[in-house]
Amino acid sequence: MQSTKQSRLSSSLLRIRTIIDKEWAEVFKNRFVLFTVGLLPLVFTILPLAILYFTRNAPGDMGDATEIPSSFYAMCGNISGAECMQVFMINEFMLMFMMMPLAIPIAIAAYSVVGEKSTRSLEPLLATPVTTVELLAGKSLAAFIPAILATWAGFLVFVLAAPLVGTSPAAMQYVTGPIWLVAILVAGPLMAIMAVNAALIVSSRVNDPRAAEQISMIVIVPLMALLFGQLAGLIVLNTTFMVISSAALALVDIALIYAGARLFQRETILTRWK
Amino acid sequence: MIHTENLSKVFSTRKNPAITAVDGLTLDIREGEVFGFLGPNGAGKTTTVRMLTSLIAPSQGSAVVNGCRVGKDDQAIRSTVGILTETPGMYDRLSAQKNLTIYANLYGVSDVKGQVEKYLRSLVLFGRRFDEVGSFSKGMRQKLAIARALLHEPKVLFLDEPTSGLDPEAAKLVRDFIEELKAEGRTIFLCTHNLDEADRLCERIGIFKTRLITVDTPQNLRRQLFGRKVVIHLCTVLPEWADVLRRHPFVHEVQTVDNKLVVSLDRPEEQNPVLIQSLVQAGAQIQFVGELRHSLEDVYLSMIHQTSPQSGPSHGEER
Repeated sequence: MQSTKQSRLSSSLLRIRTIIDKEWAEVFKNRFVLFTVGLLPLVFTILPLAILYFTRNAPGDMGDATEIPSSFYAMCGNISGAECMQVFMINEFMLMFMMMPLAIPIAIAAYSVVGEKSTRSLEPLLATPVTTVELLAGKSLAAFIPAILATWAGFLVFVLAAPLVGTSPAAMQYVTGPIWLVAILVAGPLMAIMAVNAALIVSSRVNDPRAAEQISMIVIVPLMALLFGQLAGLIVLNTTFMVISSAALALVDIALIYAGARLFQRETILTRWK
Repeated sequence: MIHTENLSKVFSTRKNPAITAVDGLTLDIREGEVFGFLGPNGAGKTTTVRMLTSLIAPSQGSAVVNGCRVGKDDQAIRSTVGILTETPGMYDRLSAQKNLTIYANLYGVSDVKGQVEKYLRSLVLFGRRFDEVGSFSKGMRQKLAIARALLHEPKVLFLDEPTSGLDPEAAKLVRDFIEELKAEGRTIFLCTHNLDEADRLCERIGIFKTRLITVDTPQNLRRQLFGRKVVIHLCTVLPEWADVLRRHPFVHEVQTVDNKLVVSLDRPEEQNPVLIQSLVQAGAQIQFVGELRHSLEDVYLSMIHQTSPQSGPSHGEER
């Protein structure tokens, strides 16, 4: 009994691994996807480092506390105005970093589903013993893993390189503090799950990968609102905000996974996905 | 090997009225049989194949494929049957070998490398195994899709239009390959529009248009519809010679067409010598004798158009 269960589990894992392998082999041959997956982490890691580097010797300009929203300045505690400004900038960079777990999975998932629709390769795939859960898991992981690895790799490079480009120790403490860690380790993966499922749902309705990608990008809107909200001083990204946002994201994810799983059924795909 | 009982499929959406794609299909296909499933576009053939391969659920009725029940043992059915879908649906950016390797893994094939190589060689694609499928011709893609359907050595194969759009050479290769599969004892459910192909390959044929119209061997279908006719070519035809033939009780009908007598009878093998003897005794000079054989296309069109006023009479072809 136990060995039958183990054998089923290993067969199931092999099928999921095969789907991931297939997705990566196919998707990464697409220049557009490769460009998105390769360029985004590069831009979102190098840009903050470059800004920090070019502003490192301008403490006077940066020290003008009146340019920082007062709600944020209050959060800085007893660090200097210049350091608070750096922390403020880093907080904005964090939101830019969070674009990665949204944009990368959308590019992959949108192509992976719509691409299969256009080449009609879903039917033979669905005719194999692969279950819909395995297929959905394989496709989701194929989009999720590169996004999270790219985000984490970008973050690691940022943490290692930031002190070298003149980031103050107080600002560095912030980068490795709870807000960033919750954002990168918890909110990031939750955002990626949201993006994958959004792309999957949109893909069931459209026939062009780019249209699927553009429509799915709607999930970036709340993040942009946060970015501008913080710039305007309407929102302060503190630990409480991050924890509440993560909990909300988890609820959205559950709803989207449920909707995606209902949509990603053999019969629905074959008879209604046109 | 395949048994269906009152199998039906109704598609309904909120916006559109319900459409019956398959209505009460009852069918028995024996192990090792090549069964032709013929019908016009939109008749419900692909829906039937999808139900029998557990891709979609029947709305009503039951089906058993290779001992597994549709709707209950779906994963077992998908593991043990092979399917060639209407469009090959290969991954164009991947090589032929990679395409097959992916499917061999999904089917849980133990010797992935060996099976992939075996079918690449069988279908004469081994030399192109590292090439992207996107560079393949339609025939090569179709052959690759057939290889994919066979990787896990299924006992039951569903082939949906296997030679559609292929050039004569590629179509022949595929047909010969189906003959080989037949010789191996596999059960083949063949959907095709190519009636000549169905005639050559299939032991029995089902003519289907939402409902199953008829099932029989191609030969019996011809006989049921058109009976058997013999054409006797003479140097000249005199009216009394037709009467000479009509005197035989086994002759159903005699028609005179130009210098030919067309005779309807049941067993030409036994009855032809008697007819010939009668004619020779009456002074007729016989040039040659042949059987008027209706094509499967005649049978098909007659069955399908039974309700259509445009259907015309069929004259058959002498063989």
